[in-house]
Amino acid sequence: MPAAELSENKAGHRVDYTGAKMGMWIFILTEILLFGMLFLLYSIFRFRYSPEFHSSATEMDLFLGTANTAILLTSSLTMAISIEAIRKGNKGLSMLCQFLTLVFGAVFLVNKYMEWGAHISHGIYPHSPQMEQMGRGKIMFYSLYYVMTGLHGLHVILGVFVIAGMLVFTARGVVNRHDFVKIENTGLYWHFVDIVWIYLFPLFYLIA
Amino acid sequence: MEVTADNTRSFYSEEGKYKGVFSWIFSTDHKRIGIMYLTAILSFFAIGVVLGLLMRINLISPGRFMGERTYNSVFTVHGVIQIFLFIIPGIPASLGNFFLPILIGARDVAFPRINLTSWWLYMTGGLMIVLSVFIGGGAPDTGWTFYAPYSIRTTANVSLALFGVILLGFSSIFTGLNFITTIHRLRAPGMTFFRMPLFIWALYATAWTQVLATPVLAVALMLIILERAFAIGFFEPALGGDPLLFEHLFWTYSHPAVYIMILPAMGIVTEIFPVFARRTIFGYKWIAFSSLAIAFFGYLVWGHHMFTSGMSDTARVIFSLITFMVAVPTGIKVFNWLATLYKGSIRLDSPLLFSLSFIFLFSLAGLTGLTIGTLSLNIYLHGTYFIVAHFHYTMFGGAGFAFFAGLHYWFPKMTGRMFNEKAAKTAWFIMFIGFNILYFTMFILGLQGMPRRYFQYQPRFQTNHIISTIGSWILAAGLIIMFWNLIRAIFRGEKAPMNPWGGKTLEWQIPSPPPKENFEKIPLIEHGPYKYD
Repeated sequence: MPAAELSENKAGHRVDYTGAKMGMWIFILTEILLFGMLFLLYSIFRFRYSPEFHSSATEMDLFLGTANTAILLTSSLTMAISIEAIRKGNKGLSMLCQFLTLVFGAVFLVNKYMEWGAHISHGIYPHSPQMEQMGRGKIMFYSLYYVMTGLHGLHVILGVFVIAGMLVFTARGVVNRHDFVKIENTGLYWHFVDIVWIYLFPLFYLIA
Repeated sequence: MEVTADNTRSFYSEEGKYKGVFSWIFSTDHKRIGIMYLTAILSFFAIGVVLGLLMRINLISPGRFMGERTYNSVFTVHGVIQIFLFIIPGIPASLGNFFLPILIGARDVAFPRINLTSWWLYMTGGLMIVLSVFIGGGAPDTGWTFYAPYSIRTTANVSLALFGVILLGFSSIFTGLNFITTIHRLRAPGMTFFRMPLFIWALYATAWTQVLATPVLAVALMLIILERAFAIGFFEPALGGDPLLFEHLFWTYSHPAVYIMILPAMGIVTEIFPVFARRTIFGYKWIAFSSLAIAFFGYLVWGHHMFTSGMSDTARVIFSLITFMVAVPTGIKVFNWLATLYKGSIRLDSPLLFSLSFIFLFSLAGLTGLTIGTLSLNIYLHGTYFIVAHFHYTMFGGAGFAFFAGLHYWFPKMTGRMFNEKAAKTAWFIMFIGFNILYFTMFILGLQGMPRRYFQYQPRFQTNHIISTIGSWILAAGLIIMFWNLIRAIFRGEKAPMNPWGGKTLEWQIPSPPPKENFEKIPLIEHGPYKYD
């Protein structure tokens, strides 16, 4: 009978490892649906405007996109290491890797800012005078680009804040080798954010 | 209420580090959160009722009391409040929060702090919706369905209202997540899934629906906000988009949403029938599985809201077929309820009266649902008062009346007081008469061709509109008597014993109102929840 283990952590709150993981997975499921709907819209518009999508993809900055992919993948590695480290009680290594994950996340955001900035300075943004001249297919491509990478970027920003919070918790010992489900769940979230990018990247940059 | 009839301290007495109102709004106790939700939900309901009454007043003499733009805003805000602030959170957030842990023998939900966050999100979203009426471009006038392109063009305060609704969506998702985890992880020893009360099965099916459907609404509404702010064009043909995409996204959530409304309601009446017939429920597993079946099929029928939108014939035939299929599990439940009552030892108290009228009103609702699920009839009836009547019979006659049944059934447990039974029966009777006059007339109006959301109408419709409005006044009188009875009982009712109705589920084995930790000792469960021998 799966009754939760009624142990308590330092703050006096009931600890249920399985329950905490279950709750986080359900949350990730809702996020999959959220992004999934946008991917569905992408597929509808790409089917409708196939040539324009292919040609628009050639205008993306392949170097920055690839760099961002490598950065996020590496940040997932450092996140995973930080979790393994705290499970073995290695607080120092865990904090270092959490910090590195933060740095990678921030670099990703800076790259994104530069990419968007470049597009915007060329007049390519929703409702711009240039945009109105382009065909409908191109407008849909760029609208999808801004909405989907924008929502993704928002999730990266939130993730960076949460990881910063975990860094503080680890420093204070709230997250420790006996009670690490918070950081495991954070890792789950960060890997999810990474996976969304893994899908975004080919769909916007590689379909040329 | 701080001290029960047996002189124990209840959860109303203050013991934590916060005092006064802060001991409530910062409380993670599921019972306090349930009471706070209940107060807010019923307050929003009252506002929604007033807006409905205002609509009916316009419709006796269009233009005399309000202009067209005002009328459009009144029916929009009426819909938004009644749907997003009353009936969707309704039962799960209030009665569900209060009773889920107790009915499974737990001390609280799995994530009490997330529970409190859900309440704060609900209140913030509600505040934004109310605020949207008074500031900026004025209350939204798009109808609660916010269809593009009008929702993009109108100067009304759509974005603020939609952002409020999105917050409510997150509140709903977190509640669903909380309930699923609670039901899986915190059942008392011995309580297998098939020994859970059926209200819990209903909440379980509802929770999955909340989790799986609400994110789609968030996307749909977020895209309207982005469209208004940045003209991204997904719903704009000139820019490459399609307004029909909004309808698909919107209804992919909003059809499962109606099952979020009705499943907990069915769960409540399923609890009430065994108690007031002194018999175990007929067909426990059928009722449990039919809840899951309704939730599942509910995802596949959204197109029946769009039969006249220009979809292909093939698509429409499939949606119509599945719409017919989704009526079957509901029918199964009705037969099980009736079989439970048959040859039972009936005690016709107010909770049973509300539950019986639920069966009648929801059956009428469901049968008319088949009418409009029929493609050929839908072409004629779409967008008429027939639809308005149908969804008020389901949402108000169904979920609303079941909510009132649950309120009366669980009132003594939540407050430690008994209400006046005679006043409750009187209120029920007046409400039942008023409800049917108000809404049955609308079926007739619809068949005669009266379109919905219209500010004025041809003279041939006037008589029925007047009858309907009189029905609304009778219904309002009944509601006032019902709430006055309950509110008075909170302060002056007789103290209630532990088990006034003779129920067998766990909540009736703890004091009224319950203590903060619910149970002195977590019980060991050795049999099912409806053991009447």
